[in-house]
Amino acid sequence: MSLPSFRLTHLRQLEAETIHIIREVAAEFQNPVMLYSIGKDSACMVRLAQKAFSPASLPFSLLHIDTTWKFRDMYTFRDRFVAENKLELRTYTNAEGVKQNINPFDHTSQKYTTIMKTQALLQALRAGGYDAAFGGARRDEEKSRAKERVYSFRDAEGQWDPKNQRPELWNLYNGRIDAGESIRVFPLSNWTELDVWQYIWLEGIPIVPLYFAANRPVVNRGGTLVMVDDDRMRLRPGEVPEHKMVRFRTLGCYPLSGAVESTATTLPEIIKEMLLAKSSERQGRLIDHDEEGSMELKKREGYF
Amino acid sequence: MAPETKEIEKDIEGYLARHERKELVRFVTVGSVDDGKSTLIGRLLHDSVGIYEDQMAAVKKASTKTDEEIDFSLFTDGLKAEREQGITIDVAYRYFSTETRKFIIADTPGHVQYTRNMATGASTADVAIILLDSRLGVLPQSRRHAYIASMLGIGQLIVAVNKMDLVDYAEGIFDKYRMEFGAFVSRLKFAGVHYLPISAKKGDNVVTRSAKTPWYAGGTLLELLETVPVARDRTAEALRYPVQSVIRPHLDYRGFAGQLASGVVRKGETVVILPSGKKSVVKSIDTHDGSLESAFAPQSVTLRLEDEVDVSRGDMIVRDGDLPRVARRFDAMMVWLSERAFDPQRALLLKHTARVVPARVERVQHRIDLETLDHAPSPGLVLNDIARVTLRCNRPIFCDAYDANRVTGAFILIDALSNDTVAAGMILAAESGDAGASGGEARGPVTAEERRERLGQSGAVLFVGEGHALGKQVERILFGQGLVAMSVDASELSEEGLREVAARCASLGIAVIVSGARDETMTAIAEKVGSGAVARREASAPAEELARALGSLCLGSTA
Ligand SMILES: Nc1nc2c(ncn2[C@@H]2O[C@H](COP(=O)(O)OP(=O)(O)O)[C@@H](O)[C@H]2O)c(=O)[nH]1
Repeated sequence: MSLPSFRLTHLRQLEAETIHIIREVAAEFQNPVMLYSIGKDSACMVRLAQKAFSPASLPFSLLHIDTTWKFRDMYTFRDRFVAENKLELRTYTNAEGVKQNINPFDHTSQKYTTIMKTQALLQALRAGGYDAAFGGARRDEEKSRAKERVYSFRDAEGQWDPKNQRPELWNLYNGRIDAGESIRVFPLSNWTELDVWQYIWLEGIPIVPLYFAANRPVVNRGGTLVMVDDDRMRLRPGEVPEHKMVRFRTLGCYPLSGAVESTATTLPEIIKEMLLAKSSERQGRLIDHDEEGSMELKKREGYF
Repeated sequence: MAPETKEIEKDIEGYLARHERKELVRFVTVGSVDDGKSTLIGRLLHDSVGIYEDQMAAVKKASTKTDEEIDFSLFTDGLKAEREQGITIDVAYRYFSTETRKFIIADTPGHVQYTRNMATGASTADVAIILLDSRLGVLPQSRRHAYIASMLGIGQLIVAVNKMDLVDYAEGIFDKYRMEFGAFVSRLKFAGVHYLPISAKKGDNVVTRSAKTPWYAGGTLLELLETVPVARDRTAEALRYPVQSVIRPHLDYRGFAGQLASGVVRKGETVVILPSGKKSVVKSIDTHDGSLESAFAPQSVTLRLEDEVDVSRGDMIVRDGDLPRVARRFDAMMVWLSERAFDPQRALLLKHTARVVPARVERVQHRIDLETLDHAPSPGLVLNDIARVTLRCNRPIFCDAYDANRVTGAFILIDALSNDTVAAGMILAAESGDAGASGGEARGPVTAEERRERLGQSGAVLFVGEGHALGKQVERILFGQGLVAMSVDASELSEEGLREVAARCASLGIAVIVSGARDETMTAIAEKVGSGAVARREASAPAEELARALGSLCLGSTA
């Protein structure tokens, strides 16, 4: 109400900028793909892509890197989501990793992530011959992301070199690459966690039910609540799952995602909890914890 | 966060409704190393929105300092390698918001040479905050930073005199700097300049007013950021709609997707499409959420037109009577961004709105000496140089002066070989006698100088031995670089004809490749053209090398 009629609110301005980025990539690259993680940021990004090309359908497909260890709710949601929206979804799993039974129980989170996520992603991008891959990462997520460009340049090995990134001025993106090289594009770079939630609320974008609190079976591991999502979960001696009202602030592989106790069953309640929370979103992700700057190490190796 | 907390708890939906409607404001923080930028940003983030406890814990873990105080600068330090070196080396973006505004901070760390980073951060900013150290005052780099901010079109400048705690919050010191800096920035193009005394470390006048500066009547930095006018009302400007792509789901729908760079477009109005100049009427303005009666900058929409006009990516939809410049040649202020020095022989691409065209830096007029801000002669361009240049594109772009339009006045240059972004430029208003735009003012015979201006090259002749095919190849390479070239073989003309054609064409400013000529013919042509404008090479040399030789003859005097 407070803004004059020819002024965009910050969310609509972010929306307009993101649509511009998505259209630029679609126009300048031969074979883009949109990484789809099933999480809230992906949900937001897909909606913005639909807006960019409406009434046409997306000129690229979605790609889900499937570690096979996602929550069951995520798979259900994914399949319904792509069917209802008539989206083209490709999934990729590191078959070699599966053959070697790489899993989050027997292997360190670092090894598991490298093989089932980072390597899988690189294999999938190579196999698909994609020259641009959209990702839903935001700069406010983690300190080392603050310097990430919207177009993040990767060499033929898919690696990221912080010293070799192109300056980005105005909204003029340089999408020129040589054969084998590629870029990762982060159209939500300037969105914050609150922006994403507000947009989901404003637009009524469907998200996985795991974001909402419900009674779920969990075990407490060193202060982290891990959900017992299927019978592959290995309980440690003496561990007995108990039911608690919990929800997830970020979604990933269930054995590596920490739940928070919560009673938030609606979007405003979730946002309220987020605003009043005392820890940042990534804390629920067990993979970031080991080492200061660990995200940056993973990024150099090609993790998103 | 404290005052908001209650409200969030009480009425989250009301809170959301209000927070949906903030204004987006971008600002850039600049200053030299150790002026306190990181501390200031850490303080802003910490005091205004609250930093999460886990981030706080991480900072405490990483802090090597032993004293009790938190090192606020650690909230913002990023990459590991940089942390180890104890410096930050690029632009980092931070986010925070208040009741009325969402802020995007472009944090550009200060080095002696950091024009490139600062230009990057400043390119989208509405406001610049320049930090002065209370003990050091106005340094040459402070002036440099203000100059760059102004050049990149930032309207509002905030000069924060930091570390006031170290000079006992002395009013006299603050006033002295204000006078000194004020005299300088009054020569620049800011719409508003604001001064304030702060201590980033102690928090004075950052988010809360300080009792230690009773002589200072103005608001805190945050209050200033919340109220400073940033509404560059782009809707009052001319309509500029660069077409990003054509949306064609089926035969009955053809829409032109784009983001309005400036102005308002209305359903039913007549528009002009550039470069064709064809007119049509806006049939509808479509979005995913329905059609609109009008759209305004910076909205992203899809336009449909009444007529079956030919429109493609890189075209621009504008309004009759309010046309942009259609230019192949223009002057610009340019920042060189690449570690590799400017080389007139390297092929460049210019990206401007959604258009990418081969381009050439025809002339470097002068460099800006960043110590004195005077014009300096320019033997070349290296990283962080700012210069006034003349550019020439193979195809026209539809542009405005940067001062009038930050979207259609901006471009980047890309090295066609390495793909690097090597320069960023701001287009200057056309000057009278701009040969590229209209011409035709002057009377009398066209002079060699005018031809040179028009073509952006001077004529020259390259002799190769036998080999017309090779000559054609060289012609193709030069053509690709945007030069006007022709190749002619001795077998095509009589001896005399060849002499005449080669010499005449060279005098008209063309790059001429002559193959298979006899020695006497070559000597005769060289005499007419002048020995400075001819070169001779064996036919065994690679075409690239020949092109390079001829290219540098043609460009040598202009580049
Ligand atoms: N006394 C005092 N010291 C400050 C103030 N602001 C920053 N510093 C100190 O100045 C040094 C450099 O600050 P930093 O924020 O890292 O500067 P940057 O290089 O501009 O990012 C650090 O030791 C800070 O603690 C201030 O307002 N008062």
